[in-house]
Amino acid sequence: MSSPTTAIIRNEARLFSREPVAVFWMLAFPSILLAGLGLIPSFREPDPNLGGQSVIELYVQVVVLLSMIFSGAQAMPEFLISYRQRKVLRRLRTTPLGPSRVILAQVVVHAAVVSLAALLCLLVGRVAFGTPLPEAPVGYALVYLLALASMMAVGAVISAVAPNATVANVLSMAVMFSFMFTAGVYLPVQAMPDALQTIVSFFPMGAAAEALNQAVLGEVPDLIHLGVMAAWTAALSLIAVRAFRWE
Amino acid sequence: MHTTTAAVEVTALHKRYGEKVAVQDVSFTVRQGEVFGILGPNGAGKTTTVEAIAGLRRGDAGRVRVHGIDPWTDRAALTKVLGIQLQEAQLPEKITVSEAFELWSALYDDPVPWPGLADNLGLGEHVDRRFGKLSGGQQQRLSIGLALVGNPRVAVLDELSTGLDPRARREVWQIVRDLRTRGVTVLLVTHAMDEAQELCDRIAIVQHGRIAALDTPDALIRATSSATVTTFRAEVAVDLQALRELATVSEVRSEVGRIVVQGTEDAAVQVIDELHRQGVRPRDLRVVEGNLDTAYLDLTATATATAAAAESTDDVEEIR
Repeated sequence: MSSPTTAIIRNEARLFSREPVAVFWMLAFPSILLAGLGLIPSFREPDPNLGGQSVIELYVQVVVLLSMIFSGAQAMPEFLISYRQRKVLRRLRTTPLGPSRVILAQVVVHAAVVSLAALLCLLVGRVAFGTPLPEAPVGYALVYLLALASMMAVGAVISAVAPNATVANVLSMAVMFSFMFTAGVYLPVQAMPDALQTIVSFFPMGAAAEALNQAVLGEVPDLIHLGVMAAWTAALSLIAVRAFRWE
Repeated sequence: MHTTTAAVEVTALHKRYGEKVAVQDVSFTVRQGEVFGILGPNGAGKTTTVEAIAGLRRGDAGRVRVHGIDPWTDRAALTKVLGIQLQEAQLPEKITVSEAFELWSALYDDPVPWPGLADNLGLGEHVDRRFGKLSGGQQQRLSIGLALVGNPRVAVLDELSTGLDPRARREVWQIVRDLRTRGVTVLLVTHAMDEAQELCDRIAIVQHGRIAALDTPDALIRATSSATVTTFRAEVAVDLQALRELATVSEVRSEVGRIVVQGTEDAAVQVIDELHRQGVRPRDLRVVEGNLDTAYLDLTATATATAAAAESTDDVEEIR
């Protein structure tokens, strides 16, 4: 016995597990990248320019965000757009389940995998390089969930506005690289020049990188960062709901 | 025996896409347990009509009821009584046959046991195969199976046998007959005449968004100018023009040594009388019933000739 909703979630989880590319980038790659960066000795040294934090400490939060960027910018839109193109959504409209439930199931599966990847990153940082765990875990979790919500909304917008897989791919790439930049993949946000740091913090991943780091240090995350993420999530969700086509 | 309760009622359905009128004043009633065919060329409005019945589209005007349910406002209730196999709808590439059946079974309150269904559809040996690895015919059969797994009271099958080989086609036809035996109402959308003639209790022929004719296959054939086809050989020259002028004859042609006469049910007798008058003794005389092909072309010919001769050339080609 299973309810329709659990059946579709289980189904989407199983289908996700059959996509080795998505599994690798979302689940494994962030931790691998962290481990690679941690091998650079100077990254492990406390840096007075970074308020005494080491580069690798900052990168833990960056790779935590990296998994959700892959998910929202690339993997989830890929699933949803192929479902629309293959008329799976249309097919589900004729069943008691309805097509919105498959989107919900996708969000649940992606959120679960991304969260697992985040725990893995925290664990790898802690065990391999002795990076600190968040001193304000509740704040950390709150910021994390807001960041995740904003990335899921990004995925929904790409799925909604891209008419086909080719356009989606272009959008995905553009979103992915700009979000990776604002998350601090190329240069941690805290190490950016002040002006750039300010600009970046008005984007969801930039705000998330700042707020996560504050929670790690045991500070209360700035409201402005939470506001930025919430506003992006709300605006993107609205666009997605307005623009989404089932067929 | 069929009850007379209506399973599907369509009343004065209209639908246009921008300037193009897709369905115009279509009305019909499908009785419970009936196999009802909707036949017509591509673009005639068949799919739009069934999409309106399945709640996938709203008509611009008119009314649809499926067992009393309004599909345009109450899709949740509709999906419990109506199962549909959609043209071209696919499944995720990597879902297996059994997983798809399991998932679909979980969506309904009272599903039929799917392994039996899979066997009937010839999918029993492929339950572990992924959708993307199935042949087109197998995908089609899986799609039919998913339409039926919820134990619907009304099954809509759109282009049921397109892309199936002759054997698979026969198997799928048997499934429709089984549904009929179980009292399930079937709406069969097709442009295959033989399929409609073989399976349907009644057929609506749709042309340019309107119902051109609606009757049993036999009655449709009888009503046309080509209810019978009379063929014979003659050893002497026959005055074909005289045959053509007979009141009951619609068409006369010469085909590889045989003369072929299409006409109403009384045409054969008149032809023989006329041949007798000409002093011709027909040999190898055969009189066969016309088929739905000729009936269909006959019924749609007038509209085609006047309304959209150029536009529907492709459609007619495809039907042959």
